[in-house]
Amino acid sequence: MENIKVLVGLASCGIAAGANKVFEKFNQIKENEHLPFELTKTGCIGMCYREPLVEIIDESGSYLYGEIDENKTIEIIEKHIKLGEPVKEYVVKTELFQNEDDTYWQGQVKIALRNCGVINPEIIEEYENRGGYQAIKNLIKNNIQSEQVIQTIIESGIRGRGGGGFPTGMKWKFAAASKSDEKYIICNADEGDPGAFMDRSVLEGDPHAVLEGMTIAAYAIGATEGVIYCRAEYPLAIKRLNIALEQAREKGYLGKNAHGKQGWNFDIHVKEGAGAFVCGEETALMASVEGRRGMPRKRPPFPAVSGLWKKPTNINNVETFANIPYIVLNGASSYNKYGTEKSKGTKVFALTGKIKRGGLVEVPMGISIKDIIFKLGGGIQNNKKFKAVQLGGPSGGCIPEYLSDTPVDYESITATGAIMGSGGMVVMDETTCMVDMARFFLDFTQKESCGKCTFCRIGTKRMLEILTRITEGEGKEGDIELLEQLAYQIKDSSLCGLGQTAPNPVLTTIKYFRHEYEAHIRDKKCPAHSCKKLITYTVDEDKCTGCTVCAKNCPVNAISGERKQIHFINQDACIKCGVCFSKCKFEAIKLS
Amino acid sequence: MRVQRIEKNNLISNDQQEVDLKLLDPIIEKYKDKKGNTIPILQSTQHLFGYIPAKAFEYISKKTGLKVSDMYGVATFYAQFRLKPVGKHIIKVCHGTACHVQGANAISDSILEALQIKDGETTPDGFYTVESVACLGCCSLAPVIMIDEDSYGKLTGKSAVNIIKEIKLKATN
Repeated sequence: MENIKVLVGLASCGIAAGANKVFEKFNQIKENEHLPFELTKTGCIGMCYREPLVEIIDESGSYLYGEIDENKTIEIIEKHIKLGEPVKEYVVKTELFQNEDDTYWQGQVKIALRNCGVINPEIIEEYENRGGYQAIKNLIKNNIQSEQVIQTIIESGIRGRGGGGFPTGMKWKFAAASKSDEKYIICNADEGDPGAFMDRSVLEGDPHAVLEGMTIAAYAIGATEGVIYCRAEYPLAIKRLNIALEQAREKGYLGKNAHGKQGWNFDIHVKEGAGAFVCGEETALMASVEGRRGMPRKRPPFPAVSGLWKKPTNINNVETFANIPYIVLNGASSYNKYGTEKSKGTKVFALTGKIKRGGLVEVPMGISIKDIIFKLGGGIQNNKKFKAVQLGGPSGGCIPEYLSDTPVDYESITATGAIMGSGGMVVMDETTCMVDMARFFLDFTQKESCGKCTFCRIGTKRMLEILTRITEGEGKEGDIELLEQLAYQIKDSSLCGLGQTAPNPVLTTIKYFRHEYEAHIRDKKCPAHSCKKLITYTVDEDKCTGCTVCAKNCPVNAISGERKQIHFINQDACIKCGVCFSKCKFEAIKLS
Repeated sequence: MRVQRIEKNNLISNDQQEVDLKLLDPIIEKYKDKKGNTIPILQSTQHLFGYIPAKAFEYISKKTGLKVSDMYGVATFYAQFRLKPVGKHIIKVCHGTACHVQGANAISDSILEALQIKDGETTPDGFYTVESVACLGCCSLAPVIMIDEDSYGKLTGKSAVNIIKEIKLKATN
C-alpha cells in the first residue's frame, strides 16, 4: 500500500463540486486506520464534467475516478486501496481498459497543461522532478545569449495566447532592443472573458511554469522586475502563486543574484486586479498596476519602449508563459511541429455551455471546431441540435453550425468574423436565442467600457437599447441596419481593443442569424423560445394530472393547485425559467 | 459605462456606520512609501470594513498624501470596490457566458424573489447582499453562485433558494 498514490483534483471547479470533502474523507480514513498510502492535492485534471476527480496510481497503472463523493471514497478505499481491486464503474480514464470517455483525450496534446493535474502545485520539487526550472538553469549555465533565446521563441512560432495572436518572439525582440537600466515583465492574468478559465487552471495547477516562463523572458530582454496582474476573483490562484513565489525565492531562483547569476536581482510580485475587463488591454493594465483608473492610452509609444513607470515592458498572457519553459528546454521544433503554417503549437480551450463534456482541453492548432465539440466534447447535452459556438467572448463572435469544419487557427477563425480570443468556447443549442446572446455581450461591454472614447461609451449604450427593445418585442424595421451602422462606427472610432471588437457579437449574429432578428422584429417571436417577454407558459388542462411536480419545482411559487387538480400558473409571478416545462412528464405545460 | 457606478445621492448619508479608522494605520504603514499603492490600500480597507467608508478616504489622504479625488476615482472605476456597507454574507450570482446560456437569469430572479430585494441590495436584516458578477471561472459547473468563499454549481432556481435558506437557518439556530 506504500506504493499507492492518491491525487485529488483541488482546483476551483473541483472544490465547487465538493472535492474538499472527498480529500478530507480520504485523509480521515487514512489517519484513523493508519493506512500508509500517499495522499496529495493536484490542480485541474481537465475533465470538469466529471468533478470531483480522484486519481489512484498503483503498481498496475493509473486509474482516474470521476464524480466521487464521500460514500464512493469509502468504497474505493475498501476495494481498490485495501484489496487492490479497482472499482471499475467509477473509473473514467485508465490505460488498462477501455472507457466511454476515452475520446475526450484522443487528439489532445498537453504542453501548456503538461503538469496540471499531475503535480502538487504547492510543492516546488514536484515541478522540478518533471524538468521544471531546467530550461532557465541551462540558459544561465551555458551563458546563452539573449538573441539566441529570442530566436528560439521566434522559430517556435508561438503567438500571444491572450487572444491578440501577436508573435511572442517579436514582442521580446522589441523589448530587448530598448535600452534602459530598468525593464519590466508583466504576466497578464486578468482573465476577464466571462466563460473562460484556462489561465485560472494553469495558475492553480502549475504556477511554477508561469514563474519560470517569466524568468526566461526576463533573462531574454534583461528585465529587473516581474509583475503578475491577477484577477481578485481567483483567490486560490493568488494563494498558490504566492506559495510558489516564496518557494522560488527560498531556492534562490528569484531575488538577489537570481539562479546564481551575479548582479541579476530579478523578482516577481503579484498585483491583484480589482475587477475591470478593460484591464486586459496592455496600457490599461499598466495604468492599473500604477494605481490609477484602468484606462487605455494611445500607442505608440508601445510598452516595449515606454511601459510600466515609463520603462520598457513586455506583457504576455499566462498560457504563453506556461509554454515558454517547454519550448526553451525542448527546442523550437518540439513546439512548431504541431499546428498549421501560420498558427503553431497547441491551444487550450475551455469547453462550456450546452456541451456534454465541459472542461479544459489542449489541442494542436488546425483541428476543426467540429472535432473539438463532437469528438472531444461528446456532442450536445440532451441530444439537442447544435446551433453555434461562441469564440473569443465579448470581443468574439458566434460561428454557426454549417461552418463547424473551420480549423482552429488565428486566420481561419478571424475570417468567420469571430476571433480566437483567449480560448473560451461556449456551445449553444437550439434553445439559445442569438439576439439575446448579442444583447448579453453588449450589456457586458457597455458596462465595462472605460468611457474614454465617445463611440464606445455612448454607441454601445445605444446598441444595447436597440437590442433590448428587439428582445422585448418592441423592435422596428430598420433596427438591424441601425445596429450595423453603429457597429462599424464604434469599431472605427475606438482607441483600444474593447471598443474595436465590442460590436463583433452583434455583427456575427446578424451575419449568420439574421432570420432570428427578423422573427423578433416582424413576427414578435423568439424562435428559440428564450426571450422572456415573448413567451408564456400555461397549463394544458386536458393533459394536467395534478401530479404537483411543476409546483414543487417552481422556484418562485408561481404555480398553484391541489393534488389531482388542474394546476394554474400565475403569469405575474412567473419568471419564465422553464423548469415546469422541462419537469412535466405529461407535456402538460404549453410554451407559446 | 463605469461612471454609472457613482452613487447619485450624497455619499455621506449612506455611511452611518461608525468605524474605527485607527485600524487603518497598519495598512497605511505597510503601503505608505510604495509606488502604485492606491489599489492595494483601498483593497485592504475594504477587506477590513467590508466596504470603503467615506471617512476612510479622508483619513488615508491625510496620512499618505494621496488625493481623495484620485482614490474616489479609482474606487468608482473598479467593480470590486463598494462604498456602502454590505450584508453579513455576500451572494455572488455568476452571469458569465456559460452561466447565462444555462439560465443564470432564472437563478437571479429566484434568489431576489425569495429575499424580496433587488440586485445589489442588502436584506433588511443585514444578512445577505446579492450581487451579479461577470464570471467566477467555474464555467463547466454552470449555473454557479458563490456565497462568501464557497461556490455552488449546477443549480436550479429551487436549489439555489434552498441553499440560501439553509445557511440562514443554520445561522439563526
